[in-house]
Amino acid sequence: MKAMKLMQVKDHNDLFREQEYLEQFERKREFERPWPAETVQEVAEWTKTEEYKEKNFARQHIKINPAKACQPLGAIFCAAGFAGTMPFVQGAQGCVAYFRSHLNRHFKEPLAAISTSMTEDAAVFGGLNNMLEGLENAYALYKPKMLAVSTTCIAEVIGDDLNAYVKAARDKGAIPKDLPVPFAHTPSFVGSQITGYDNQLKAILSTITAGKKGEPNGTVNIIPGFDTYTGDYREMKRLLDIMGVKHTILADVSDTFDSPNTGEYKLYPGGTPLAGAADSINARATIALQKYSTLKTMEYIRKEWEQKTAVLPPIGIKNTDAFFEALSAITGKPVPREIEDERGRAVDAMVDSHAYVHGKRFAFVGDPDLLLGLIGFVMEMGGVPVHIVCTNGDRKFEEEAAALLAESPFGSEGKVYVNKDMWHLRSLLFTDPVDLLIGNSYAKFLWRDTGTPLVRIGFPLFDRHHLHRYPVIGYQGVINLVNWVVNTVLDEMDRKTMHTTSFDVIR
Amino acid sequence: MSTAIKDTQKMIEEVLEAYPEKAKKDRAKHLAANDPSGQCSACQVKSNIKSRPGVMTVRGCAYAGAKGVVWGPVKDQITVSHGPIGCGQYSWWSRRNYYNGQTGIDTFGAMQFTTDFQEKDIVYGGDKGLDAALHELKELFPLAKGIGILSECPVGLIGDDIEAVAKKVQKEFKMPIVPVRCEGFRGVSQSLGHHIANDTIKDHVLGTGQLDTSTPYDVALIGDYNIGGDAWASRKILEEMGLRVIAQWTGDASVNEMGIAHKAKLNLIHCYRSMNYICRHMEEEYGIPWVEFNFFGPTKIYESIRKIASLFDDTVKEKAEQLIAKYKPLMDEVIATYRPKLEGRKVMLYVGGLRPRHTIGAYEDLGMEVVASGYEFGHSDDYKRTYPEMKEGAVIMDDATLYELEELTRRLRPDMVGSGIKEKYSYHKLGVPFRQMHSWDYSGPYHGFDGFPVFARDMDMTVNSPTWSLIRRKK
Repeated sequence: MKAMKLMQVKDHNDLFREQEYLEQFERKREFERPWPAETVQEVAEWTKTEEYKEKNFARQHIKINPAKACQPLGAIFCAAGFAGTMPFVQGAQGCVAYFRSHLNRHFKEPLAAISTSMTEDAAVFGGLNNMLEGLENAYALYKPKMLAVSTTCIAEVIGDDLNAYVKAARDKGAIPKDLPVPFAHTPSFVGSQITGYDNQLKAILSTITAGKKGEPNGTVNIIPGFDTYTGDYREMKRLLDIMGVKHTILADVSDTFDSPNTGEYKLYPGGTPLAGAADSINARATIALQKYSTLKTMEYIRKEWEQKTAVLPPIGIKNTDAFFEALSAITGKPVPREIEDERGRAVDAMVDSHAYVHGKRFAFVGDPDLLLGLIGFVMEMGGVPVHIVCTNGDRKFEEEAAALLAESPFGSEGKVYVNKDMWHLRSLLFTDPVDLLIGNSYAKFLWRDTGTPLVRIGFPLFDRHHLHRYPVIGYQGVINLVNWVVNTVLDEMDRKTMHTTSFDVIR
Repeated sequence: MSTAIKDTQKMIEEVLEAYPEKAKKDRAKHLAANDPSGQCSACQVKSNIKSRPGVMTVRGCAYAGAKGVVWGPVKDQITVSHGPIGCGQYSWWSRRNYYNGQTGIDTFGAMQFTTDFQEKDIVYGGDKGLDAALHELKELFPLAKGIGILSECPVGLIGDDIEAVAKKVQKEFKMPIVPVRCEGFRGVSQSLGHHIANDTIKDHVLGTGQLDTSTPYDVALIGDYNIGGDAWASRKILEEMGLRVIAQWTGDASVNEMGIAHKAKLNLIHCYRSMNYICRHMEEEYGIPWVEFNFFGPTKIYESIRKIASLFDDTVKEKAEQLIAKYKPLMDEVIATYRPKLEGRKVMLYVGGLRPRHTIGAYEDLGMEVVASGYEFGHSDDYKRTYPEMKEGAVIMDDATLYELEELTRRLRPDMVGSGIKEKYSYHKLGVPFRQMHSWDYSGPYHGFDGFPVFARDMDMTVNSPTWSLIRRKK
């Protein structure tokens, strides 16, 4: 084989540090009229102060670098967890372009989703025509087994009547009479992606289980919630199989967002089979793995399906123990030795690594359910949660997080900030620094500004590949969390000791 | 009609078979076989028309055009996404409009500012909250040189008067407060957002900046968003030609540069689609001529340099020739290295403003052929500029759907596809080499002499990655 001829190519990483570009930037300043360097420096220092923090926390009207997405993104994510289901959004097309891009960037996977492309005329006359033609085109082109409708702001502000529109589409023959078309109201100005997930899941379940109440089928339903770790879905199925529990994962996105490459593009690469989802009404129990992203759905299941329900988020050792104990009680099946061994290995990892986490102070930013799990895990390792910022958290979450912190002596410094954003967190990191920061890819700006090492856990993760393939739930998830946290501490330690006597090979 | 055109038209008809009648009739107007002469009427595509509902368009919205392209990249002003959380969040630092400056202190590009509308704002209106938000921004970011208010769908629907708020606050702050009516439901794509945003530059910023000295060589570089540093690579060429770039729009742009462009002797426009409006305005209002140029790949770069130089005196013309002579050996080396690996490969493009036509020459420099090209939000003037760039019978597509892209790919069998993030991973599953031609897959620059080696390297790594051959295709 002919040897490869390589050429030295400089891209932006090196190119713009070259002298001729530095000179160009200097020349350009004449036209930019920037502030004097001293002024910039002065303001930069001021933003690190208590005084600035107070001003920052006094703001009520502007959000700066918030950590949340909007409802329809959660709705689409949920819909993509059902077999043969096309997420169908009644609204303006730009929104769907954004939802698809956002999810594509996180998972590095394709996602099909449809918009009805509402524009000015629809804003004035209503979106009926868009819905009718949209359903007809989508059904003809993409042959879905279910069209899961959610809305964007425009359809909600003008008050489109989805129920009547879907009925009209059936009457006109645009879609078959028996095609399930659940719909959820999901404007961006209410809640966040976690409420959108909840609304869509409730809509889908209530639609496809209608009239399906029958004999108990002995299964357990699992609702993962707005969980963007595909590794979690596979891990949960593996654990339930080991335990011999017949189960249905409701909104199973594992194959949708992590499908094998076979040289074939599948619009619907996986998801919960619709027949299984319809039969979920006859399950023995439903367990949600997240609370705040499943509030309405779980209430609906408890009341309407008259089913035993539980919320058991299996992140960290104690939470995972609680999950298995409850599952064992529900199913009458003992927790097998294999899982007990996994627990032992996870605890072993924690014990071996504890010295690098004990007493370390942590800041967190993310979604409510993930934060609760992570705070608990960090305290189990002897870490100290300090700043907990949750843009889409509510008062109930604030109380629950405070109660969790109160359970451990390591939680005494922890303070929870709901409805706050990453610019608030920036002030906190300057006025009361911590050792480690846990957050999504956007938190890297905090890493850059404050020097706090970042452990990337959460959503979205745009700038690191494949993290979402690893579970954070269960005992295996504990090992992954230990890995990410401890090795970030060690990377930082190596960086800091690079030119000292403490630069060790063995840690 | 030639055989090549007939064959392509037949293929297009096959692809369209899957659509219901109404959608088929509409989509037939947007797909055509190329006639480079532009004579064949059946070969002209319709464009800038509303997408059909339910067909999975790749397009975005007016807000995306105004925020992601025109106003978002301006570095020393704050851009507020006014309305609910989503739009600002999803457009947050996704386009890599590189800039110099201290983020959060005197520059604000990589940040997301939003009024985060809640239900009460929809019911009672968001004007008061906006006024208060602007005051909070002024207090927290005293070095901001201006604030842009980019309205999202609900703001327009509930009839808020953001212009009144902006006017009031502008008087107080004595800096541009720019209301941009770019609600996503306006128009049919990003394109209207560009136009609206251009109009607000004209109304609020143009003519307000300070420039102490003037030279006959003052030019403005318009319509380069500095993705991966593109504008800097372009600027380097212009400066080496002896020109003085007094304003760079809008990648790495400052409010002052936006305010002094009217003092340029010539406007140089790269992305015609997004910024021709302001160039036309400056021509009418200030008598500034404008010229389009293309800095992708040596052939087009040489052509463009000579075209630009021809509008100046002999000093510039001489420098232009020296410049070409200086870089030609490097360009020849790039071609000698990469052309053998790429010769004869077929490319399919589906992108935004300028790339569906501007990059064709760069591919051809590497021996590659663009067999299909199309725009998400092009207008007829874009297509007119594209027909002559492509071979007879190549596919021209407007507002293509995911279904069409996939079907055309099956039939045309391109060796690589260049499109955006929403298309990228479905092509990966199909086993078709793919490169993002909006973001350069986080590489770049691709413009200018410094950009071409990066472009060539990236196309080689795309087409010739051994990973494609690992895919076990089902028989």
